[in-house]
Amino acid sequence: MAKKPKIGVFKFTGCAGCQMEILRMEDEFLDLIKLFDICYWKMAKRNNDDKDLDIALIEGGISTPWEIEEIKYIRKNTKFLVAFGDCAIGGCIPSIRNWIPQMESEEIVYPDPSKICSTKLHGIGEYVKVDAELKGCPPHRETILELLKSALLKIIPRLRHHPVCVECKLKGNACLIINNKLPCMGPVISGGCGAICPTLGRICEGCFGPMSNPNAAALAKIFRDIGLNDEDIKRKFRKYSGMSPEFRLEAGH
Amino acid sequence: MTEKTIKVDYIARVEGQGAINIGITKDGKVENLQFKIFEPPRFFESFLVGRKYDEVMELTSRICGICPVAHQITALRAVENAMGILISNQTKDLRKLMAISAHIQSNVLSMYFLSLPDLMGYESIIAMGKDHLDIVKRALMLKKLGNDITQLIGGRSVHPVTMIVDGFTSIPSKKNFEVIRKRLIDAKKAAFETVDLFTNIKIPDFTRRCEHVAISNSKSYAINDGHLKSTQGIDINEMNYRDFIFEKQKPYSTALHSYIKDRDSFMVGPLPRVNLNLEQMSDDARNAAKNCGVKFPNYNPFVSHLARAIELVHDIDESIEIIDRLPLKEEHSNHMCKSGFGAAITEAPRGSLYHSYVLNNNGVVKKADIVPPTAHNAYNIEKDMREFVQTIIDEPLEDITLKCEMLVRAYDPCISCSAH
Repeated sequence: MAKKPKIGVFKFTGCAGCQMEILRMEDEFLDLIKLFDICYWKMAKRNNDDKDLDIALIEGGISTPWEIEEIKYIRKNTKFLVAFGDCAIGGCIPSIRNWIPQMESEEIVYPDPSKICSTKLHGIGEYVKVDAELKGCPPHRETILELLKSALLKIIPRLRHHPVCVECKLKGNACLIINNKLPCMGPVISGGCGAICPTLGRICEGCFGPMSNPNAAALAKIFRDIGLNDEDIKRKFRKYSGMSPEFRLEAGH
Repeated sequence: MTEKTIKVDYIARVEGQGAINIGITKDGKVENLQFKIFEPPRFFESFLVGRKYDEVMELTSRICGICPVAHQITALRAVENAMGILISNQTKDLRKLMAISAHIQSNVLSMYFLSLPDLMGYESIIAMGKDHLDIVKRALMLKKLGNDITQLIGGRSVHPVTMIVDGFTSIPSKKNFEVIRKRLIDAKKAAFETVDLFTNIKIPDFTRRCEHVAISNSKSYAINDGHLKSTQGIDINEMNYRDFIFEKQKPYSTALHSYIKDRDSFMVGPLPRVNLNLEQMSDDARNAAKNCGVKFPNYNPFVSHLARAIELVHDIDESIEIIDRLPLKEEHSNHMCKSGFGAAITEAPRGSLYHSYVLNNNGVVKKADIVPPTAHNAYNIEKDMREFVQTIIDEPLEDITLKCEMLVRAYDPCISCSAH
């Protein structure tokens, strides 16, 4: 049998939810540890080796000077670097603070901000070349499996770029915008979740980030027509991916 | 002069980024002991200001990927308290089931994946697979059960989506619950095996009588509602939390350290819960506690693993109880935005979690205040470690290092939470 691919899982500024989604693969776990050589995973292992990795899954964004050094080091030691989840792609929810002066945030949280060393939060792509993005907060485990299977087969993973709307149609959901006049983000958000929220009676909030080439301005206009004010619209785009080029304008740049 | 240094630059098998630094002098004194949390802060309390009341649950969920359910419920309850909303019994029950399922998942993760490898002499659960496949399979089965319940009610296990202010966007069918109910009954055996495993495994013999804190109520095993009580007599209504619990900053930690006003550090988590609320546990859980040979209340932090196992028995029993009484009827909520202050304390898997918000008339957040379990525990972990190191000071440096890590892991810290 060919040598097992060496894989590393790394955490930066984030919540560990993406790593939890790996551990969520309870049915596949025993196969995964057979097929991959898990060399680095601090949350799961005490013996870790971060050298010469075939794949690195990066969870979390970059918000401290040492994280910049760390991500560059991992890039140097990795063949295939994956931005694993929304934080690694563009900072996700915690990037909402990028619109607030850093000192103001530090003063709200800490009695002595002089001891805090933190910068605005960015995705890892701001600093290093990224080979693949796994969208989602957290990414769906089917997507993770798709990526890992592709790695074993040495083919390019087929990652989705269509909007949530496509998955809503496949599920047979009635449209929440047209029928209920609710501000659903589905038309501009990448699928891959299986339209979890609309299927369960909730509008899409956007946790898989922008689809490819979305028309954010048109959706913002629809939101205005159904009664949202400018502040409401800004909040909706300044949530999971306010830092993305696709949503920047609507997020209030 | 420091003669020996115990140094762990990045503690493995815990959530998030923390380090240990301890100096030992020639005459065996401990100095410069630091539980260094270097997790980058994310400033949730800053960017929540200006967001709407109905987003708070969704946003604070992202504080933690292991205990999103606890953050969601605490946020929802704090917002409901601010707006004077009283939720239905069905919502209360479904939320409790959500919370319990998250406890099952998280406690199994902590016991089997994060701590058991130390106690059995392996570097990870991955390494245990070769010699102890049955144990690994049991861990995966139990974890999947917890996650599947969260997913059934919440749509997915990490950052679930159906819980909203005053209700749920969607409620699962009776049929789906029947399948889960059967799996819960089957899992009971594995829960007892878990209690046996952690009863018989050797843990460090170390006791420090510190104040143990958890929410408590007379009617049920408190997870989502109760007064904050302690082994030394505090009894706090959640709305008055800030009159009693204070925080201070340490220069080496991005997590603030909590302490009780005019008193000292304290412990939250499964062990304080079992110590304070054993009477409210299910019959089988109480019997398991009685028959395991370990006396409660107990002040050995390493007994936390066993406390998690006993909770697992209770969690399965209470889940079945809730499923049996759920009416599963559709409910509609009519609430109005109202200005005000609301606070809530719940028991996250790793211990008491506090959220409070000030809302304006339009339901926009004006102030947010969040204290996660690991911020409550950080100071106490240091105090435990200081005494613990003294008891093992003659052992080889490697052993002291591993044991200090094990102490941290007994608390099952969620470091991302603590530096929210």
